[in-house]
Amino acid sequence: MKVLYFAWLRERLNMSEEDIAFPPEVVTTGDVIAYLAARDEAGALAFERPAIFKTALDARIVPHGTPLADAKVIALLPPMTGG
Amino acid sequence: MDIRVSETPFDPGAESNAFLERGKAAGAAVTFTGLVRSLPDEPILALTLDCYPELAVNQLTAIATQAMARFSLADITVIHRYGRMLPGEPIVQVMALSAHRQAAFDGAQMVMDYLKTDAPFWKKETTATGEHWVQAKPADDNAKARWEA
Repeated sequence: MKVLYFAWLRERLNMSEEDIAFPPEVVTTGDVIAYLAARDEAGALAFERPAIFKTALDARIVPHGTPLADAKVIALLPPMTGG
Repeated sequence: MDIRVSETPFDPGAESNAFLERGKAAGAAVTFTGLVRSLPDEPILALTLDCYPELAVNQLTAIATQAMARFSLADITVIHRYGRMLPGEPIVQVMALSAHRQAAFDGAQMVMDYLKTDAPFWKKETTATGEHWVQAKPADDNAKARWEA
């Protein structure tokens, strides 16, 4: 699955996207964040407060805990500051 | 409805004139333009907006559709830039067209209030001392919440 990172999250992880073959226990958007937070020190720091992130599957924002199902792209979105 | 997300600069006056020309029989039009701010006590050198363009178009379309229905607007245009900008440059423009002024004001304001927290843009300021990501403001969440009451 393609994973997209934005703004300070991209800088903390030092990449804008990556392809990850998630293990079967990663079922929901929340599981993706937990997986990344557990993966390494940069992930642990970046996802220290998981609740602040919104997530999008295939460019649609979804509620926390939505199953990934057959989505191809997940985006992890820090609090937005446009306008 | 016209929703545009682009790195290309836009001309606020030309956009407004084109919008008015298309909708001149409607009665009331409101234009809001957001510019890169640089105040004397907190001057910035540049503002860079990160963006997820595909999602931004989807989110702005959803917000504009909601405002059109709620305030019976005749038309709405949202233009939002991303990339690097200098103080004074336009970042965003929202234009709402309606038969009456209140609906046009409300429609434009609702779109702006939602856009601040729900559209995937992230501001980074460059100042004389370095760069930093702008923090999301609780006031922006409150501004959006009043439309949900």
